[in-house]
Amino acid sequence: MEGKEQEEMEKEYTVLTFAEYEEGLRNGKLLGLRCASCKKITCHPMPVCQWCGGRSLERIELSGEGELTTFTVIRVPSEGFEDDAPYIPCLVKTKEGPCVVGRLDYDAEQATQELIGKRVRMNGSYTYKGDKYSGGAHTCPVFEIQENKSVTQINAD
Amino acid sequence: MRDVAIIGIGHTKFGRASETSLELFSEAALQAVDDAGVDLKEIEALFQGAALPGFEEGQVTPPGFSAAELNLNPIPATRYEGACASASIAIREAAMWVAAGEYDMVIAGGVEKALLMGTLFATRTFAMACHAPTEGPVGLTFPGVFAMAARQYSRNYGISIDKLREKMAHVSVKNHKHGALNPLAQFYKKLGDLKVEDVINSRLVADPLTLLDCCPFSDGAAAIVLCAAEEARRYTDDPVYILGTGQGSGGPLSKMEDLTKPVSRISSARMAFKHAGLKPSDIDVLELHDCFTIAELIALECMGFFDWGEAADATEEGQTELGGKIPTNMSGGLIGKGHPIGATGASQVYWLVKQMRGEAPKGNQIDPVPEYGMTDTLGGDFGTLCHIILGKGK
Ligand SMILES: [Zn+2]
Repeated sequence: MEGKEQEEMEKEYTVLTFAEYEEGLRNGKLLGLRCASCKKITCHPMPVCQWCGGRSLERIELSGEGELTTFTVIRVPSEGFEDDAPYIPCLVKTKEGPCVVGRLDYDAEQATQELIGKRVRMNGSYTYKGDKYSGGAHTCPVFEIQENKSVTQINAD
Repeated sequence: MRDVAIIGIGHTKFGRASETSLELFSEAALQAVDDAGVDLKEIEALFQGAALPGFEEGQVTPPGFSAAELNLNPIPATRYEGACASASIAIREAAMWVAAGEYDMVIAGGVEKALLMGTLFATRTFAMACHAPTEGPVGLTFPGVFAMAARQYSRNYGISIDKLREKMAHVSVKNHKHGALNPLAQFYKKLGDLKVEDVINSRLVADPLTLLDCCPFSDGAAAIVLCAAEEARRYTDDPVYILGTGQGSGGPLSKMEDLTKPVSRISSARMAFKHAGLKPSDIDVLELHDCFTIAELIALECMGFFDWGEAADATEEGQTELGGKIPTNMSGGLIGKGHPIGATGASQVYWLVKQMRGEAPKGNQIDPVPEYGMTDTLGGDFGTLCHIILGKGK
Protein backbone atom coordinates (compact mmCIF):
# COMPACT_ATOMS: atom_id res chain seq x y z
CA MET A 1 0.00 0.00 0.00
CA GLU A 2 1.34 3.40 -0.81
CA GLY A 3 0.68 7.10 -1.19
CA LYS A 4 -2.95 8.11 -1.44
CA GLU A 5 -4.32 4.74 -0.35
CA GLN A 6 -2.26 4.79 2.84
CA GLU A 7 -3.43 8.35 3.53
CA GLU A 8 -7.09 7.34 3.11
CA MET A 9 -6.63 4.45 5.55
CA GLU A 10 -5.15 6.64 8.24
CA LYS A 11 -7.46 9.64 7.78
CA GLU A 12 -9.44 10.49 10.90
CA TYR A 13 -13.08 10.89 9.86
CA THR A 14 -14.42 11.01 13.40
CA VAL A 15 -12.44 13.29 15.69
CA LEU A 16 -14.72 12.74 18.70
CA THR A 17 -16.88 9.61 18.70
CA PHE A 18 -20.31 9.50 20.26
CA ALA A 19 -19.04 6.90 22.73
CA GLU A 20 -16.25 9.27 23.81
CA TYR A 21 -18.79 12.11 24.12
CA GLU A 22 -20.97 9.93 26.36
CA GLU A 23 -17.96 8.83 28.40
CA GLY A 24 -17.21 12.54 28.89
CA LEU A 25 -20.76 13.15 30.11
CA ARG A 26 -20.41 10.34 32.65
CA ASN A 27 -17.22 12.04 33.89
CA GLY A 28 -19.00 15.37 34.24
CA LYS A 29 -17.52 16.86 31.06
CA LEU A 30 -19.40 18.29 28.08
CA LEU A 31 -17.11 17.62 25.13
CA GLY A 32 -17.37 19.15 21.68
CA LEU A 33 -15.41 20.22 18.62
CA ARG A 34 -14.02 23.56 17.43
CA CYS A 35 -14.04 24.27 13.70
CA ALA A 36 -10.82 25.60 12.16
CA SER A 37 -12.80 27.39 9.41
CA CYS A 38 -15.54 29.27 11.29
CA LYS A 39 -14.19 28.86 14.86
CA LYS A 40 -17.66 27.81 16.06
CA ILE A 41 -18.36 24.91 18.40
CA THR A 42 -20.15 21.67 17.50
CA CYS A 43 -21.80 19.64 20.28
CA HIS A 44 -22.93 16.78 20.33
CA PRO A 45 -20.10 15.65 18.03
CA MET A 46 -20.55 15.22 14.28
CA PRO A 47 -18.02 14.36 11.57
CA VAL A 48 -18.32 17.91 10.18
CA CYS A 49 -18.93 21.36 11.72
CA GLN A 50 -22.66 21.77 12.49
CA TRP A 51 -22.51 25.42 11.36
CA CYS A 52 -20.41 25.48 8.17
CA GLY A 53 -19.78 21.83 7.34
CA GLY A 54 -16.03 22.34 7.85
CA ARG A 55 -13.92 19.20 7.99
CA SER A 56 -11.07 20.43 10.20
CA LEU A 57 -12.14 19.96 13.81
CA GLU A 58 -10.38 19.77 17.17
CA ARG A 59 -11.70 18.43 20.47
CA ILE A 60 -12.56 20.91 23.20
CA GLU A 61 -14.42 20.91 26.51
CA LEU A 62 -17.45 23.17 26.92
CA SER A 63 -18.21 24.98 30.18
CA GLY A 64 -21.49 23.09 30.70
CA GLU A 65 -23.22 26.44 31.28
CA GLY A 66 -26.01 27.91 29.24
CA GLU A 67 -29.61 29.07 29.03
CA LEU A 68 -32.75 26.93 29.33
CA THR A 69 -34.62 27.47 26.05
CA THR A 70 -37.51 25.05 26.60
CA PHE A 71 -38.65 21.99 28.54
CA THR A 72 -41.66 19.79 29.21
CA VAL A 73 -42.85 17.53 32.01
CA ILE A 74 -43.49 14.04 30.65
CA ARG A 75 -46.53 12.49 32.37
CA VAL A 76 -47.13 9.66 29.89
CA PRO A 77 -43.72 8.07 29.35
CA SER A 78 -42.52 5.69 26.71
CA GLU A 79 -41.84 2.05 27.63
CA GLY A 80 -38.68 1.82 29.72
CA PHE A 81 -39.22 5.18 31.45
CA GLU A 82 -42.24 4.28 33.59
CA ASP A 83 -40.29 4.64 36.85
CA ASP A 84 -38.89 8.04 35.87
CA ALA A 85 -42.22 9.81 35.21
CA PRO A 86 -42.81 12.64 35.75
CA TYR A 87 -39.48 13.81 34.33
CA ILE A 88 -38.25 16.91 32.50
CA PRO A 89 -36.56 16.81 29.08
CA CYS A 90 -35.06 20.17 28.19
CA LEU A 91 -33.12 22.07 25.56
CA VAL A 92 -30.18 24.21 26.64
CA LYS A 93 -28.34 26.78 24.54
CA THR A 94 -24.76 26.53 25.75
CA LYS A 95 -22.62 29.59 26.39
CA GLU A 96 -20.40 28.37 23.54
CA GLY A 97 -23.26 28.37 21.01
CA PRO A 98 -24.65 24.94 20.23
CA CYS A 99 -27.84 23.60 21.86
CA VAL A 100 -27.94 20.29 23.68
CA VAL A 101 -30.88 18.14 24.74
CA GLY A 102 -30.86 16.76 28.26
CA ARG A 103 -32.78 16.32 31.48
CA LEU A 104 -33.54 19.13 33.91
CA ASP A 105 -32.93 18.33 37.58
CA TYR A 106 -35.95 20.13 39.07
CA ASP A 107 -39.16 19.37 40.96
CA ALA A 108 -41.58 18.39 38.19
CA GLU A 109 -44.56 19.76 40.14
CA GLN A 110 -42.92 23.19 40.41
CA ALA A 111 -41.66 23.46 36.81
CA THR A 112 -43.39 26.44 35.19
CA GLN A 113 -42.86 28.62 32.13
CA GLU A 114 -40.80 31.12 34.20
CA LEU A 115 -37.89 28.65 34.13
CA ILE A 116 -37.33 29.38 30.43
CA GLY A 117 -34.48 31.84 29.99
CA LYS A 118 -32.86 30.88 33.29
CA ARG A 119 -29.16 30.18 33.46
CA VAL A 120 -28.38 26.49 33.88
CA ARG A 121 -25.28 24.38 34.49
CA MET A 122 -24.58 20.73 33.77
CA ASN A 123 -24.52 18.99 37.13
CA GLY A 124 -24.24 15.37 36.04
CA SER A 125 -25.53 12.87 33.55
CA TYR A 126 -28.29 10.31 33.16
CA THR A 127 -27.63 6.90 31.70
CA TYR A 128 -30.58 4.94 30.38
CA LYS A 129 -29.77 1.25 30.51
CA GLY A 130 -31.45 0.75 27.15
CA ASP A 131 -33.90 -1.80 25.81
CA LYS A 132 -33.87 -4.37 22.99
CA TYR A 133 -33.98 -1.60 20.40
CA SER A 134 -31.62 1.07 21.73
CA GLY A 135 -28.24 -0.33 20.70
CA GLY A 136 -27.11 -0.53 24.31
CA ALA A 137 -27.04 2.10 27.05
CA HIS A 138 -26.94 5.80 26.24
CA THR A 139 -26.14 8.86 28.32
CA CYS A 140 -27.48 12.42 28.28
CA PRO A 141 -26.44 15.52 30.23
CA VAL A 142 -28.43 16.69 33.27
CA PHE A 143 -28.77 20.40 34.04
CA GLU A 144 -29.69 22.37 37.13
CA ILE A 145 -30.98 25.90 37.43
CA GLN A 146 -27.83 27.78 38.36
CA GLU A 147 -29.25 30.85 40.00
CA ASN A 148 -32.60 32.46 40.31
CA LYS A 149 -31.64 34.89 37.58
CA SER A 150 -32.24 35.06 33.87
CA VAL A 151 -29.34 35.15 31.44
CA THR A 152 -29.98 38.79 30.61
CA GLN A 153 -29.85 39.66 34.32
CA ILE A 154 -26.57 37.79 34.70
CA ASN A 155 -25.07 39.57 31.71
CA ALA A 156 -26.12 42.92 33.17
CA ASP A 157 -24.45 42.14 36.51
CA MET B 1 -41.49 15.73 -17.22
CA ARG B 2 -45.16 14.80 -17.75
CA ASP B 3 -48.10 16.02 -15.72
CA VAL B 4 -49.56 13.46 -13.30
CA ALA B 5 -53.18 12.88 -12.32
CA ILE B 6 -54.99 11.09 -9.51
CA ILE B 7 -57.83 9.03 -10.99
CA GLY B 8 -58.82 6.75 -8.11
CA ILE B 9 -58.86 6.91 -4.31
CA GLY B 10 -59.42 4.45 -1.47
CA HIS B 11 -59.60 4.77 2.33
CA THR B 12 -60.42 2.25 5.05
CA LYS B 13 -62.33 3.14 8.20
CA PHE B 14 -59.78 4.52 10.65
CA GLY B 15 -59.74 3.29 14.25
CA ARG B 16 -59.30 -0.24 15.55
CA ALA B 17 -59.09 -2.82 12.77
CA SER B 18 -59.25 -6.60 13.08
CA GLU B 19 -57.71 -7.13 9.63
CA THR B 20 -53.95 -7.49 9.02
CA SER B 21 -52.00 -4.58 7.55
CA LEU B 22 -51.83 -6.49 4.26
CA GLU B 23 -55.63 -6.79 4.20
CA LEU B 24 -56.07 -3.12 5.13
CA PHE B 25 -53.77 -1.95 2.32
CA SER B 26 -55.44 -4.30 -0.19
CA GLU B 27 -58.85 -2.92 0.77
CA ALA B 28 -57.71 0.68 0.16
CA ALA B 29 -55.90 -0.28 -3.06
CA LEU B 30 -58.90 -2.17 -4.45
CA GLN B 31 -61.22 0.75 -3.62
CA ALA B 32 -58.84 3.04 -5.49
CA VAL B 33 -58.65 0.74 -8.52
CA ASP B 34 -62.46 0.37 -8.59
CA ASP B 35 -62.89 4.12 -8.18
CA ALA B 36 -60.55 4.69 -11.15
CA GLY B 37 -62.25 1.98 -13.18
CA VAL B 38 -58.90 0.44 -14.11
CA ASP B 39 -57.93 -3.21 -14.22
CA LEU B 40 -55.37 -4.36 -11.64
CA LYS B 41 -53.31 -5.67 -14.58
CA GLU B 42 -52.69 -2.06 -15.68
CA ILE B 43 -50.77 -1.27 -12.46
CA GLU B 44 -47.03 -1.17 -13.15
CA ALA B 45 -45.57 -0.38 -9.72
CA LEU B 46 -46.62 -0.10 -6.08
CA PHE B 47 -45.37 2.56 -3.64
CA GLN B 48 -46.23 1.91 0.00
CA GLY B 49 -45.73 4.00 3.12
CA ALA B 50 -45.37 1.96 6.31
CA ALA B 51 -43.58 3.23 9.39
CA LEU B 52 -43.42 0.49 12.01
CA PRO B 53 -44.66 -2.83 10.56
CA GLY B 54 -41.72 -4.72 12.10
CA PHE B 55 -42.89 -3.77 15.60
CA GLU B 56 -46.62 -4.05 14.90
CA GLU B 57 -46.82 -7.39 13.13
CA GLY B 58 -43.22 -8.61 12.88
CA GLN B 59 -43.30 -7.76 9.19
CA VAL B 60 -40.63 -6.00 7.20
CA THR B 61 -40.67 -5.49 3.44
CA PRO B 62 -44.50 -5.48 3.36
CA PRO B 63 -44.96 -4.00 -0.14
CA GLY B 64 -43.86 -7.19 -1.89
CA PHE B 65 -46.52 -9.08 0.03
CA SER B 66 -49.08 -6.37 -0.76
CA ALA B 67 -48.28 -6.74 -4.46
CA ALA B 68 -48.62 -10.51 -4.09
CA GLU B 69 -51.98 -10.18 -2.27
CA LEU B 70 -53.28 -8.21 -5.24
CA ASN B 71 -51.72 -10.70 -7.67
CA LEU B 72 -49.58 -7.86 -9.01
CA ASN B 73 -46.23 -9.59 -8.55
CA PRO B 74 -43.58 -9.41 -9.87
CA ILE B 75 -44.04 -5.64 -10.45
CA PRO B 76 -41.65 -3.40 -8.44
CA ALA B 77 -43.10 -2.73 -4.98
CA THR B 78 -41.23 -0.47 -2.58
CA ARG B 79 -41.67 0.63 1.01
CA TYR B 80 -41.17 4.29 1.90
CA GLU B 81 -40.41 5.11 5.51
CA GLY B 82 -40.47 8.69 6.73
CA ALA B 83 -42.23 7.99 10.04
CA CYS B 84 -45.61 9.77 9.94
CA ALA B 85 -44.83 11.20 6.46
CA SER B 86 -44.28 7.74 4.92
CA ALA B 87 -47.30 7.76 2.58
CA SER B 88 -46.62 11.32 1.42
CA ILE B 89 -43.08 10.52 0.32
CA ALA B 90 -44.41 7.31 -1.31
CA ILE B 91 -46.91 9.38 -3.32
CA ARG B 92 -44.27 11.98 -4.17
CA GLU B 93 -41.94 9.25 -5.48
CA ALA B 94 -44.78 7.60 -7.41
CA ALA B 95 -45.61 10.93 -9.06
CA MET B 96 -41.95 11.39 -10.00
CA TRP B 97 -41.74 7.98 -11.68
CA VAL B 98 -44.93 8.62 -13.67
CA ALA B 99 -43.79 12.15 -14.55
CA ALA B 100 -40.47 10.75 -15.74
CA GLY B 101 -42.31 8.44 -18.12
CA GLU B 102 -41.08 5.19 -16.59
CA TYR B 103 -44.61 4.08 -15.59
CA ASP B 104 -48.03 5.11 -16.91
CA MET B 105 -50.16 3.76 -14.04
CA VAL B 106 -49.21 3.06 -10.42
CA ILE B 107 -50.71 2.60 -6.95
CA ALA B 108 -49.35 4.63 -4.02
CA GLY B 109 -50.52 4.84 -0.43
CA GLY B 110 -49.78 3.67 3.04
CA VAL B 111 -50.85 1.55 5.96
CA GLU B 112 -50.34 1.31 9.72
CA LYS B 113 -51.65 -0.84 12.52
CA ALA B 114 -50.55 0.78 15.78
CA LEU B 115 -53.40 0.20 18.23
CA LEU B 116 -52.53 -3.36 19.24
CA MET B 117 -49.15 -2.14 20.51
CA GLY B 118 -50.86 -0.30 23.41
CA THR B 119 -49.97 3.22 24.56
CA LEU B 120 -46.70 2.34 26.36
CA PHE B 121 -45.05 0.37 23.55
CA ALA B 122 -46.57 2.52 20.80
CA THR B 123 -45.11 5.60 22.51
CA ARG B 124 -41.73 3.81 22.56
CA THR B 125 -41.84 2.87 18.88
CA PHE B 126 -43.07 6.32 17.77
CA ALA B 127 -40.21 7.87 19.78
CA MET B 128 -37.83 5.87 17.55
CA ALA B 129 -38.35 8.71 15.05
CA CYS B 130 -36.53 11.00 17.50
CA HIS B 131 -32.71 11.22 17.30
CA ALA B 132 -31.92 7.97 19.11
CA PRO B 133 -28.39 8.80 20.41
CA THR B 134 -29.26 12.13 22.07
CA GLU B 135 -33.04 12.14 22.52
CA GLY B 136 -33.34 8.43 23.36
CA PRO B 137 -31.73 8.45 26.82
CA VAL B 138 -33.62 11.64 27.74
CA GLY B 139 -36.88 9.69 27.40
CA LEU B 140 -38.34 12.18 24.98
CA THR B 141 -41.77 11.32 23.53
CA PHE B 142 -43.62 12.89 20.61
CA PRO B 143 -46.06 14.79 22.79
CA GLY B 144 -42.95 15.89 24.70
CA VAL B 145 -41.31 17.36 21.60
CA PHE B 146 -44.43 19.36 20.72
CA ALA B 147 -44.93 20.41 24.32
CA MET B 148 -41.42 21.90 24.18
CA ALA B 149 -42.39 23.64 20.92
CA ALA B 150 -45.54 25.01 22.59
CA ARG B 151 -43.48 26.52 25.41
CA GLN B 152 -41.18 28.18 22.85
CA TYR B 153 -44.23 29.52 20.99
CA SER B 154 -45.53 30.98 24.24
CA ARG B 155 -42.18 32.59 24.98
CA ASN B 156 -41.54 33.86 21.41
CA TYR B 157 -44.84 35.72 21.13
CA GLY B 158 -45.47 36.67 24.74
CA ILE B 159 -48.64 34.58 24.97
CA SER B 160 -49.03 33.16 28.49
CA ILE B 161 -49.20 29.36 28.72
CA ASP B 162 -52.80 29.57 29.98
CA LYS B 163 -53.82 31.76 27.04
CA LEU B 164 -51.95 29.54 24.57
CA ARG B 165 -53.67 26.43 25.96
CA GLU B 166 -57.03 28.09 25.19
CA LYS B 167 -55.96 29.01 21.68
CA MET B 168 -54.55 25.53 21.00
CA ALA B 169 -57.79 24.01 22.28
CA HIS B 170 -59.65 25.66 19.40
CA VAL B 171 -57.68 23.42 17.00
CA SER B 172 -58.92 20.32 18.81
CA VAL B 173 -62.50 21.61 18.99
CA LYS B 174 -62.52 22.38 15.24
CA ASN B 175 -60.88 19.14 14.13
CA HIS B 176 -63.06 16.97 16.36
CA LYS B 177 -66.13 18.81 15.06
CA HIS B 178 -65.24 17.79 11.49
CA GLY B 179 -63.96 14.34 12.46
CA ALA B 180 -67.32 13.61 14.07
CA LEU B 181 -68.98 14.29 10.68
CA ASN B 182 -66.60 12.01 8.76
CA PRO B 183 -67.88 8.40 8.55
CA LEU B 184 -64.33 7.05 7.98
CA ALA B 185 -62.92 8.89 11.01
CA GLN B 186 -61.84 7.18 14.21
CA PHE B 187 -64.04 9.60 16.19
CA TYR B 188 -67.07 9.58 13.85
CA LYS B 189 -70.12 10.78 15.81
CA LYS B 190 -67.86 11.28 18.85
CA LEU B 191 -66.44 14.42 20.52
CA GLY B 192 -68.19 16.60 17.92
CA ASP B 193 -69.28 19.25 20.41
CA LEU B 194 -66.12 19.53 22.45
CA LYS B 195 -65.60 22.72 24.48
CA VAL B 196 -62.32 24.58 25.01
CA GLU B 197 -62.55 23.71 28.74
CA ASP B 198 -62.83 19.99 27.91
CA VAL B 199 -59.48 20.13 26.11
CA ILE B 200 -57.77 22.15 28.84
CA ASN B 201 -59.15 19.97 31.66
CA SER B 202 -58.27 16.71 29.95
CA ARG B 203 -55.38 14.63 31.39
CA LEU B 204 -51.87 16.12 30.98
CA VAL B 205 -49.70 14.01 28.67
CA ALA B 206 -46.66 16.29 28.38
CA ASP B 207 -47.07 19.66 30.04
CA PRO B 208 -48.79 21.82 28.61
CA LEU B 209 -50.38 19.33 26.16
CA THR B 210 -53.36 17.27 27.31
CA LEU B 211 -54.81 14.08 25.86
CA LEU B 212 -57.25 16.14 23.75
CA ASP B 213 -54.36 18.17 22.33
CA CYS B 214 -53.04 14.90 20.86
CA CYS B 215 -54.07 12.73 17.92
CA PRO B 216 -54.84 9.08 18.75
CA PHE B 217 -53.02 5.87 17.85
CA SER B 218 -54.85 4.29 14.89
CA ASP B 219 -55.10 1.48 12.38
CA GLY B 220 -55.93 2.15 8.75
CA ALA B 221 -54.87 2.41 5.14
CA ALA B 222 -55.36 4.75 2.19
CA ALA B 223 -54.28 4.46 -1.43
CA ILE B 224 -54.55 6.29 -4.74
CA VAL B 225 -54.14 5.42 -8.40
CA LEU B 226 -51.88 7.80 -10.35
CA CYS B 227 -51.50 7.98 -14.10
CA ALA B 228 -50.07 10.23 -16.79
CA ALA B 229 -52.29 13.30 -17.04
CA GLU B 230 -52.84 12.92 -20.78
CA GLU B 231 -54.51 9.55 -20.13
CA ALA B 232 -56.58 10.64 -17.12
CA ARG B 233 -59.77 11.58 -18.97
CA ARG B 234 -59.98 8.08 -20.43
CA TYR B 235 -60.83 6.93 -16.90
CA THR B 236 -62.58 9.81 -15.16
CA ASP B 237 -64.37 13.09 -15.78
CA ASP B 238 -62.88 14.70 -12.70
CA PRO B 239 -59.17 13.93 -12.42
CA VAL B 240 -57.19 15.82 -9.81
CA TYR B 241 -53.68 16.85 -10.83
CA ILE B 242 -50.50 16.80 -8.76
CA LEU B 243 -49.23 20.32 -9.41
CA GLY B 244 -46.26 20.40 -7.10
CA THR B 245 -44.48 18.50 -4.36
CA GLY B 246 -41.79 19.35 -1.85
CA GLN B 247 -39.73 17.46 0.67
CA GLY B 248 -37.37 18.53 3.41
CA SER B 249 -35.15 16.92 6.02
CA GLY B 250 -34.53 18.02 9.60
CA GLY B 251 -32.15 16.61 12.17
CA PRO B 252 -31.68 16.29 15.91
CA LEU B 253 -33.75 18.78 17.94
CA SER B 254 -30.53 20.19 19.39
CA LYS B 255 -29.40 21.37 15.97
CA MET B 256 -32.62 23.37 15.40
CA GLU B 257 -32.63 27.10 16.00
CA ASP B 258 -36.29 27.26 17.03
CA LEU B 259 -38.77 24.37 17.31
CA THR B 260 -41.57 26.65 16.11
CA LYS B 261 -39.79 27.44 12.82
CA PRO B 262 -38.51 24.10 11.49
CA VAL B 263 -36.43 24.76 8.38
CA SER B 264 -37.36 21.33 6.99
CA ARG B 265 -41.02 22.36 6.83
CA ILE B 266 -40.40 25.87 5.51
CA SER B 267 -38.15 24.66 2.69
CA SER B 268 -40.42 21.73 1.78
CA ALA B 269 -43.48 24.00 1.52
CA ARG B 270 -41.57 26.55 -0.56
CA MET B 271 -40.34 23.78 -2.87
CA ALA B 272 -43.93 22.63 -3.44
CA PHE B 273 -45.20 26.19 -4.11
CA LYS B 274 -42.33 26.84 -6.53
CA HIS B 275 -42.92 23.54 -8.32
CA ALA B 276 -46.65 24.33 -8.65
CA GLY B 277 -46.15 27.99 -9.53
CA LEU B 278 -48.62 28.92 -6.81
CA LYS B 279 -48.59 30.87 -3.54
CA PRO B 280 -50.46 30.39 -0.24
CA SER B 281 -53.24 32.80 -1.26
CA ASP B 282 -54.07 30.51 -4.23
CA ILE B 283 -54.84 27.53 -1.97
CA ASP B 284 -58.49 26.92 -1.05
CA VAL B 285 -58.19 24.03 1.41
CA LEU B 286 -55.50 22.42 3.58
CA GLU B 287 -55.05 18.98 5.04
CA LEU B 288 -52.12 19.45 7.40
CA HIS B 289 -50.29 17.49 10.05
CA ASP B 290 -52.09 18.28 13.32
CA CYS B 291 -50.44 15.47 15.31
CA PHE B 292 -50.86 17.92 18.20
CA THR B 293 -52.82 21.16 18.40
CA ILE B 294 -49.65 23.27 18.50
CA ALA B 295 -48.40 21.42 15.39
CA GLU B 296 -51.30 22.85 13.34
CA LEU B 297 -50.36 26.41 14.35
CA ILE B 298 -46.68 25.83 13.53
CA ALA B 299 -47.57 24.28 10.15
CA LEU B 300 -49.87 27.17 9.16
CA GLU B 301 -47.07 29.65 9.83
CA CYS B 302 -44.24 27.65 8.23
CA MET B 303 -46.28 27.17 5.05
CA GLY B 304 -46.89 30.91 4.84
CA PHE B 305 -50.64 31.04 5.52
CA PHE B 306 -50.15 33.29 8.55
CA ASP B 307 -47.31 35.45 9.82
CA TRP B 308 -45.14 34.19 12.68
CA GLY B 309 -47.12 34.11 15.90
CA GLU B 310 -50.48 34.86 14.26
CA ALA B 311 -51.90 31.38 13.65
CA ALA B 312 -53.03 31.03 17.28
CA ASP B 313 -55.24 34.14 17.16
CA ALA B 314 -56.39 33.35 13.61
CA THR B 315 -57.53 29.89 14.70
CA GLU B 316 -59.40 31.31 17.68
CA GLU B 317 -61.11 33.78 15.30
CA GLY B 318 -62.26 30.94 13.02
CA GLN B 319 -60.03 31.80 10.05
CA THR B 320 -59.16 28.09 9.62
CA GLU B 321 -62.81 26.99 9.78
CA LEU B 322 -65.28 26.46 6.96
CA GLY B 323 -65.90 29.90 5.44
CA GLY B 324 -62.69 31.28 6.95
CA LYS B 325 -59.54 32.48 5.20
CA ILE B 326 -58.15 28.96 4.77
CA PRO B 327 -60.31 25.98 5.83
CA THR B 328 -57.92 23.49 7.45
CA ASN B 329 -58.42 19.81 8.19
CA MET B 330 -62.06 19.62 7.14
CA SER B 331 -61.66 15.81 7.29
CA GLY B 332 -61.05 16.07 11.02
CA GLY B 333 -57.30 16.03 10.59
CA LEU B 334 -55.15 13.61 12.53
CA ILE B 335 -56.85 14.65 15.76
CA GLY B 336 -60.43 13.92 14.70
CA LYS B 337 -59.98 11.41 11.89
CA GLY B 338 -57.17 9.34 13.42
CA HIS B 339 -53.51 8.90 12.53
CA PRO B 340 -52.41 5.50 11.20
CA ILE B 341 -48.98 6.99 10.65
CA GLY B 342 -47.90 5.17 7.49
CA ALA B 343 -51.26 5.95 5.84
CA THR B 344 -51.80 9.57 6.88
CA GLY B 345 -50.31 11.30 3.83
CA ALA B 346 -52.48 9.23 1.49
CA SER B 347 -55.53 9.95 3.65
CA GLN B 348 -54.81 13.69 3.35
CA VAL B 349 -54.68 13.39 -0.44
CA TYR B 350 -57.87 11.26 -0.40
CA TRP B 351 -59.80 13.97 1.46
CA LEU B 352 -58.51 16.78 -0.78
CA VAL B 353 -59.67 14.81 -3.84
CA LYS B 354 -63.05 14.30 -2.16
CA GLN B 355 -63.25 18.08 -1.57
CA MET B 356 -62.39 18.79 -5.22
CA ARG B 357 -65.04 16.36 -6.40
CA GLY B 358 -67.58 17.98 -4.05
CA GLU B 359 -67.98 14.64 -2.25
CA ALA B 360 -66.82 15.54 1.28
CA PRO B 361 -69.31 14.76 4.07
CA LYS B 362 -72.05 17.33 4.75
CA GLY B 363 -70.72 19.99 7.10
CA ASN B 364 -67.15 19.39 5.90
CA GLN B 365 -67.53 20.22 2.19
CA ILE B 366 -66.24 23.63 1.13
CA ASP B 367 -68.60 25.63 -1.08
CA PRO B 368 -67.80 26.45 -3.84
CA VAL B 369 -65.84 23.30 -4.59
CA PRO B 370 -62.14 24.15 -4.09
CA GLU B 371 -59.81 24.52 -7.09
CA TYR B 372 -56.50 24.07 -5.24
CA GLY B 373 -55.60 22.08 -2.14
CA MET B 374 -52.40 21.33 -0.25
CA THR B 375 -51.20 18.65 2.13
CA ASP B 376 -48.53 18.96 4.83
CA THR B 377 -47.14 15.81 6.43
CA LEU B 378 -44.50 15.65 9.14
CA GLY B 379 -42.42 12.61 10.08
CA GLY B 380 -40.46 12.40 13.31
CA ASP B 381 -39.55 15.53 15.22
CA PHE B 382 -39.35 17.58 11.99
CA GLY B 383 -37.08 14.90 10.46
CA THR B 384 -39.05 14.33 7.25
CA LEU B 385 -41.45 16.88 5.79
CA CYS B 386 -43.50 16.55 2.65
CA HIS B 387 -45.99 18.81 0.87
CA ILE B 388 -48.26 17.99 -2.07
CA ILE B 389 -50.28 20.59 -4.01
CA LEU B 390 -53.32 19.36 -5.92
CA GLY B 391 -55.50 21.14 -8.48
CA LYS B 392 -58.70 20.51 -10.45
CA GLY B 393 -56.94 21.89 -13.52
CA LYS B 394 -53.36 21.58 -14.76
ZN1 LIG C 1 -17.42 25.65 10.94
